[in-house]
Amino acid sequence: MKQSYAKIAVIALLLLFPLLITSDYYRHIFIIALMWVVIGSSWNLLAGYTGQISFGHAIFFGVGAYTAGLCTTKLGISAWWGMLLGGPMAMLVGFLLGCICFRLRGSYFNLATLAIAEVFRLVAIFWRDFTEGMQGILIIQTFRSKVIYYYLAFALAALCVFTFSRVIKSKWGFYFIAIREDQDAAEALGISSFRYKSLSVMLSAFFTGLAGAFYMNYMGFIDPEVVFSLYFISIMAILVAIIGGAGTIWGPPVGAFIMVLLQELFRSSFFGIAPKWVSEAHALAFGLLVILVIRFMANGIVGDWIKIQSLWTREKVAPSVTSGN
Amino acid sequence: MEMFIQTLVAGVLIGGIYALIGLGMTLIMGVMRIINLAHGQLMMVAMYITFLLYQYGQLDPYFALLIAPPALFLVGVVIQKYFLNPLLKIDSIIPQNQILMTVGIGMVLTETMRFIFHSDYKSVKTSYSSATFMIGSISWNVPMVVAFGLAVFLTACLFVFLLKTDTGKSVRATAQNKDAAMIMGINADWITQLTYGIGAGLAAAGGTLLLPIYYLFPDVGGPFTLKAFIITILGGMGSTVGAIVGGLVLGVAESLGATYISMALKDAVGMVIFVLVLVFLPGGLKTLTKI
Repeated sequence: MKQSYAKIAVIALLLLFPLLITSDYYRHIFIIALMWVVIGSSWNLLAGYTGQISFGHAIFFGVGAYTAGLCTTKLGISAWWGMLLGGPMAMLVGFLLGCICFRLRGSYFNLATLAIAEVFRLVAIFWRDFTEGMQGILIIQTFRSKVIYYYLAFALAALCVFTFSRVIKSKWGFYFIAIREDQDAAEALGISSFRYKSLSVMLSAFFTGLAGAFYMNYMGFIDPEVVFSLYFISIMAILVAIIGGAGTIWGPPVGAFIMVLLQELFRSSFFGIAPKWVSEAHALAFGLLVILVIRFMANGIVGDWIKIQSLWTREKVAPSVTSGN
Repeated sequence: MEMFIQTLVAGVLIGGIYALIGLGMTLIMGVMRIINLAHGQLMMVAMYITFLLYQYGQLDPYFALLIAPPALFLVGVVIQKYFLNPLLKIDSIIPQNQILMTVGIGMVLTETMRFIFHSDYKSVKTSYSSATFMIGSISWNVPMVVAFGLAVFLTACLFVFLLKTDTGKSVRATAQNKDAAMIMGINADWITQLTYGIGAGLAAAGGTLLLPIYYLFPDVGGPFTLKAFIITILGGMGSTVGAIVGGLVLGVAESLGATYISMALKDAVGMVIFVLVLVFLPGGLKTLTKI
């Protein structure tokens, strides 16, 4: 019961946040964090639950963002249509990606997704007639006030987490976990690995594409280096899920807020308190964070929550039988 | 026709150096079963060391071959011992922890170099940097020819090491079957550290050889990591001969792409090869032969 109260309190706080804090700067940080809740949860569905570790989630983000952008540049309609089209578009790309890549296992799959993300990035740069290349796509934001974008992002994040939690608790969820644990055994039991992996990637891509379309509408500017970025989209998605706890529902949301806040802390030299060079070294701090997280917190905060709690209470806690490991 | 042969020559020469870098990664792949995504960044660190030696020690880059690769060998051993090895004991949902760790290490290396040296482009201008000589109507770039020659020499040394020495055979044994190697009395931990060090050293050698030809800046490592794993996948993971062939193929393909399609798309050629290999020949060229 205590857990539910905590969750309700957090959600209420998030809902009231933009009304309490009027600074656009902090609202922006939370909007980006909410966006990363979506992307991180999507990656978590494909990788944490279905075991397909994708290093190229930027593909879906970029496809969603460019769908929205191209609505304006090519079709002449508002980029908000991209919110409707971006998800399905990314879903289609996800399905095709699955067709090519799902026959690969382990490291091959990781690299394939990484390479294909790079291909998308290069195509976006060089196919100037279609994507405006490095010039990027620039639109005028519809709303001046960040509050509307905040609630939109919140709705997106809530929808995403809710959908995934329903999916995971359904039969599909069990099939995904079965494929993650032992694909061959799952196949032997009659679970079509291709079908369920495809479903997983399509769901994952849908929400990531939505997040991309949201990004286009919110920021107003995208270019290939931003939306197809290896380190700042793909690897960031992995970190968000891992630091929070891969294979858990609430892990990625927690991880998203931690990662975004930490990044902003470094980039702004701890909001102006620390010396200037901290801000110059913020990318270095990000890299160090990757190393520290992987080395010491491989199961994330939510994943290792029991272990972390035991640091407090100093009691020996037996590993839970029901948790993932 | 002339242009074609010229392109081929350029491709083979650069391919030899690519092969050296790819060899490092495929060795690491064979023994550790992970993709070292910090490979290009290790090469970049070696290039900075070579640059510093040239700038402040007036040391010719080719003599830096005696310093930079051993230095990176030690760095590699340290990385393996303190960052990668401990991950084997952590039980987690995501088994690819080590790959992510190498990503982190790569990023830290890049950003550290950027912090120290800033993003300025640096280059090494030796007396022979732009020298060429002609054989018939084909022009040969001196630094590239020297680099190619040294790369071939280093590859030959590596093969002698792997085939003839006891340690080399231990490396191959660990790559084939780690548990069996341990039963036979091989200290797999130490061999793994050694291999990562050798892989880093080979990448460093490639970087040192490339310095007279390439501009140096902190982000130069990224594309080379990509090239290294394209070569690894193309040749077949763990296959040293495959890496050599893969390197040459990549070099020639890039060269042909640069000449006949567009200079800007040179890096894209590698990506296209990668996707084609994945779709049509997942095991790499290794599966075409029995090596």
